Amino acid sequence: MKAEHKQGWLFVSPWVIGFVLLTAGPMVYSLYLSFTASSLLSPPQWVGLENYRRMFGDPIFYRSLGNTAYYAVLGVPLGMVLSLGLALLLDAPVRGLGFFRTLFFLPSVTNTVALSILWLWLLNPEFGLINLALARFGLEGPLWLQDETWAKPALVLMSLWTVGGQMIICLAALQGVPPELKEAAAIDGAGPVRRFFAVTLPLISPALLFNLIMGLVGALQVFTQAFVMTGGVQPGSEGGPNQSTLFIVLYIYKKAFQEYDMGYASALAWALFLIITVCTWIAWRVSKSRVHYEGGSA
Amino acid sequence: MNGLSHGSAPARVLRIGTLYLVLLGLGALFATPVAWMLSSSLHTLPDVFAQPYRWLPAVLQWENYVRAVTILPVPLFLWNTIVITVPVMAATALSSALVAYGFARFRFPGRDLLFSLCLATMMLPGQVTMIPLYILFARLGWVDTYLPLIVPALFGSPFYIFLLRQFFLTIPKDSEEAALIDGASRLRIWWSIILPQARPALATVLIFTFIGTWNDFFGPLLYLNSPEKATLTLGLNLMKTQVLGSGVVEWNVLMAGSLLVLLPNVVLFFLAQQHFIKGISMGASK
Repeated sequence: MKAEHKQGWLFVSPWVIGFVLLTAGPMVYSLYLSFTASSLLSPPQWVGLENYRRMFGDPIFYRSLGNTAYYAVLGVPLGMVLSLGLALLLDAPVRGLGFFRTLFFLPSVTNTVALSILWLWLLNPEFGLINLALARFGLEGPLWLQDETWAKPALVLMSLWTVGGQMIICLAALQGVPPELKEAAAIDGAGPVRRFFAVTLPLISPALLFNLIMGLVGALQVFTQAFVMTGGVQPGSEGGPNQSTLFIVLYIYKKAFQEYDMGYASALAWALFLIITVCTWIAWRVSKSRVHYEGGSA
Repeated sequence: MNGLSHGSAPARVLRIGTLYLVLLGLGALFATPVAWMLSSSLHTLPDVFAQPYRWLPAVLQWENYVRAVTILPVPLFLWNTIVITVPVMAATALSSALVAYGFARFRFPGRDLLFSLCLATMMLPGQVTMIPLYILFARLGWVDTYLPLIVPALFGSPFYIFLLRQFFLTIPKDSEEAALIDGASRLRIWWSIILPQARPALATVLIFTFIGTWNDFFGPLLYLNSPEKATLTLGLNLMKTQVLGSGVVEWNVLMAGSLLVLLPNVVLFFLAQQHFIKGISMGASK
């Protein structure tokens, strides 16, 4: 082997070793586990497709899928629109916008457990700020997390408060749009709305696609909020009223680490992996024709 | 440029005025939860539940903060968090920089394939590996120790490898080539020529690693069973469970505890906002 080859391999070897030991190996083992009945204490027993068969007949699995889909379908588009809206406001050539950028960005760079506890209090049906504010307008607020219908919208509402990262990505993309293009469109008689849809939107579409995919991947893996906010005092009670906030990752966690049903949990994890891959692929394929990349159309 | 610079002067003033009004409204919406948190954390317990709610406490109840750090051993949680975070930061930065240097400066067969693989693992959902990893660490007897939280950092982290590689590619090769002719080893060059020049990128990596590790919930939840080994984030959840389980929920104490856990994030954010913006935009550009 040439000296340069050897040295190159040596430098990248920490990642290669880590990849084999902590990623590839565990992936293979997890696939194997999904075909076994397995707890921590006893060695895995091969059961073939039994876990997958069980999954397709498991109403709680479908419930967790439905909850996750609901959260993603409601939360991801709202988050994208809000983050783009905020970025558009901040892209104006006006003084003092740095303050607002900081304000909108800050909640996204913090501790999910602390934020969950804060929102638990904000959403408190009797004394929480949200229902106090609604009462001001003569509205009786819902029970939020204690109400099967309102628990997921409550979590979506909270997620909208942390769109700062997506906003920064939109803002960076907006600031990369050459002003000449917009001016040229203005000279051609295009109004602001027309300029936005004909010039700005195509140019920032890669950033929007990134936000869509990351938002989707994040929403499909939502866990901490549901665990902290909808768990009672008893361990194992997480998941909200009538399992309305039992998201798929929470279900996997409970199966694996509260019930030690490792084989079934592995099958669930692989189902989630497949779902995430397919969703990402669809989002990418569908948007590909609409996304504009600099230096050639995709 | 929303076309604010166009049009007549009065129309421009009107537009800017509207923009500020909208921003103030939205800003108030974003700031209110934090203001309410601060307000609640300084109220007596009866005042927390008083209706109508008064935003300003009659007397600032700093005791709530004392209670928040004594109801559970928060100083111990703080120490535990530091004991995990500092090694993870050092290990992540060094191992990622080593690997990134390998990808940036050497030609070897399979390099591009490996690099694509490295980028691909960024998108891999952790659920497909967490069960085998748990079993592995349990076999090694590492459950309820900090090792499962620290040791993986020694193998580099794909996003930081990517970020550092991109940065290394922008560093001119002249001084490295001169050092090679002088007989310096590649490792020595990496340490004394590349790393000093990569300080801004390393700072971004250290800040992101700090935020990620300091606030990690899932890792400690999985691996730390003994309450006295808990991190701040895990401890805060323990505090929540304990306080919610008592007769009258001390929301003022919970808000004080949550604020204390948030504080290092907020301070770091204000000190290094540009790093956050750079790191996040970098993530989108891959």
